[in-house]
Amino acid sequence: MQELQKAKEPFVFYTRMHLSELTGLRASTLNQLLQLVKEVNGSCIYHHTHRFLQQHQHLSPEPPNDFAYWVTEVLGEDELGEKLASIDVIQFNTIRSLREKIAETIESYLAENPMAKVRFSKENEEFHFMKSISFVMPTKYVAHDLNDFVEILGKITIDSIYYHIFESRLRLEKNANDFSNWFLTSLGDDRLAAEISKLDPYTFTLEGLRNRVIRIVKIRIDS
Amino acid sequence: MAKIEEYIPIVGQPIIDDLRLLAEKLSGKVVQNINSTSVGGGVAEILNRMVPLLKELGVDARWDLIKGGEQFFEVTKKFHNALHGVNIEVSKEDFDVFLETSRTNMNEMNLYGDIVFVHDPQPVALVDKKQDKKWVWRCHVDVSEPSEEVWQFLRGFIDKYDSAVFSAPAFSQKLPIRQFLISPSIDPLSDKNKELPQETIDAVLRKYGIPSDKPIVTQISRFDRLKDPLGVIKVYKQVKRYSDFRLILAGGGATDDPESAEVLLEVREAAKDDPDIHVLLLAQNDIEINALQRASTVIMQKSIREGFGLTVSEALWKSKPMVASNVGGIPLQIAHKYSGLLCNSIEGASFALKQLLNSPDYARRLGENGREHVKNNFLITRHLKEYMLLFLSLYHAEDVVYL
Repeated sequence: MQELQKAKEPFVFYTRMHLSELTGLRASTLNQLLQLVKEVNGSCIYHHTHRFLQQHQHLSPEPPNDFAYWVTEVLGEDELGEKLASIDVIQFNTIRSLREKIAETIESYLAENPMAKVRFSKENEEFHFMKSISFVMPTKYVAHDLNDFVEILGKITIDSIYYHIFESRLRLEKNANDFSNWFLTSLGDDRLAAEISKLDPYTFTLEGLRNRVIRIVKIRIDS
Repeated sequence: MAKIEEYIPIVGQPIIDDLRLLAEKLSGKVVQNINSTSVGGGVAEILNRMVPLLKELGVDARWDLIKGGEQFFEVTKKFHNALHGVNIEVSKEDFDVFLETSRTNMNEMNLYGDIVFVHDPQPVALVDKKQDKKWVWRCHVDVSEPSEEVWQFLRGFIDKYDSAVFSAPAFSQKLPIRQFLISPSIDPLSDKNKELPQETIDAVLRKYGIPSDKPIVTQISRFDRLKDPLGVIKVYKQVKRYSDFRLILAGGGATDDPESAEVLLEVREAAKDDPDIHVLLLAQNDIEINALQRASTVIMQKSIREGFGLTVSEALWKSKPMVASNVGGIPLQIAHKYSGLLCNSIEGASFALKQLLNSPDYARRLGENGREHVKNNFLITRHLKEYMLLFLSLYHAEDVVYL
């Protein structure tokens, strides 16, 4: 295997596991949903926009957020469901701004479609607000160069990939994913950093994402 | 009993590595599980698998039982039904019986755990003995529409716990304590779920005198009104007009369920003139249940209420197409028309069963999707992980915890 540049700082792979906390808050109409979207803890917004990614990671395509799924499947408001589903999460760097976008989408739909206010869910089909509790831990895997990095990336859990790509960027507000940060700051490889940053991870299954990142890094090693 | 390494071929090495990492973080903590029965029913079944695996991972998990007489279990059965929303009278005397037995247990039991993990309403009152340790109440029951009287009575105890755990989002109530969502799970290596040779399946059918000359539709459940075995017979009679098949209603009893003998009699009465209905009261024999599920063409779970309905995941793990009620934790396991068919009535169940019997390719696809969904979300490895996270959450109040 060719000698590659050693990183200034090694990359420590973390893993993230999560537990769903119930809030007892529920909505049966769009107005109630809107009100609660504005009020609930940011961890609730994070949970309902990211749960499908992990729980249904073998499926593709899959409704990307719980709000869109409920509005479409339970309330039958397909147009609003589509608008919520197509919110481009990768464009948002904070939960606060994502929350505002979701609320604004529901609000403007209600203004244009006043009849939507009278729709309500059946008993037992209410929207239940939950929040995500994350537990973050270092794993035993540490990469000192790109060869190490690719090898480890092939064997770590998808939870670890999830943490470094999704959670770090949005929930921990680091602006970019951890991989790109490391390529840039420890390896000085701005091209590789940009290539990973421009992926829209929300359009992949987690296994698909793993394979894509491995492929991009391997091409970089070979070049 | 399976060792933790044996799960690696099913879920992969990294998942097991993560479990070991979590177990290390619980080093030095004793987790004391408490419930009311060691055999029969989902709770005992889960604990029988979880406790040894937690120990093997390095968590000091233990399991103790409360004691109770016939009267106590009659009362807790009433509580169980009332929590499921059944209109049932619970008298002051019933509450007194519950409190008296709880006091006896409190005096006799050694509550030594750093974390005391109490399962279901029967031992809930032990929390009155809580001092400085962490207490969690694990509710396995569907309490989405509980009887207000019984729920308020239990709230007097529940509110004293540090956290509560429910199996489905709809079961959560506004509580002054933290509450978590943890679905139960199945063990893919247990006798009930492991692969079986065809000879074993055939031998079980022979033992119970069930010819394999026609498709078999099965419901595996305790003989309990909330599982609606009489409703399943009605479904059978409606569909039998169009398709020729056999119906198996099979289940055991639990030591904390005095009502099951009565229900069994009613079921036998309803089935008595039909040689194609097989009503089997099984002793605790998981291989036989496994074999009956594997011998089935379609599996039903037509419950009126469910805590979670783990028999659904068991059937899906065997790639069986299912018709199941849209109640409790069942919709978490079955996405309608994707990994099974959900129903809300006898007529709906009949329609769904007809579809599955008449369209084997469609039925096969539903079963395959169901297995994949169970593999990702309802196996014991996920459950072990979430229980360990729950225990750790007792020592951390924040939403992002660095361990």
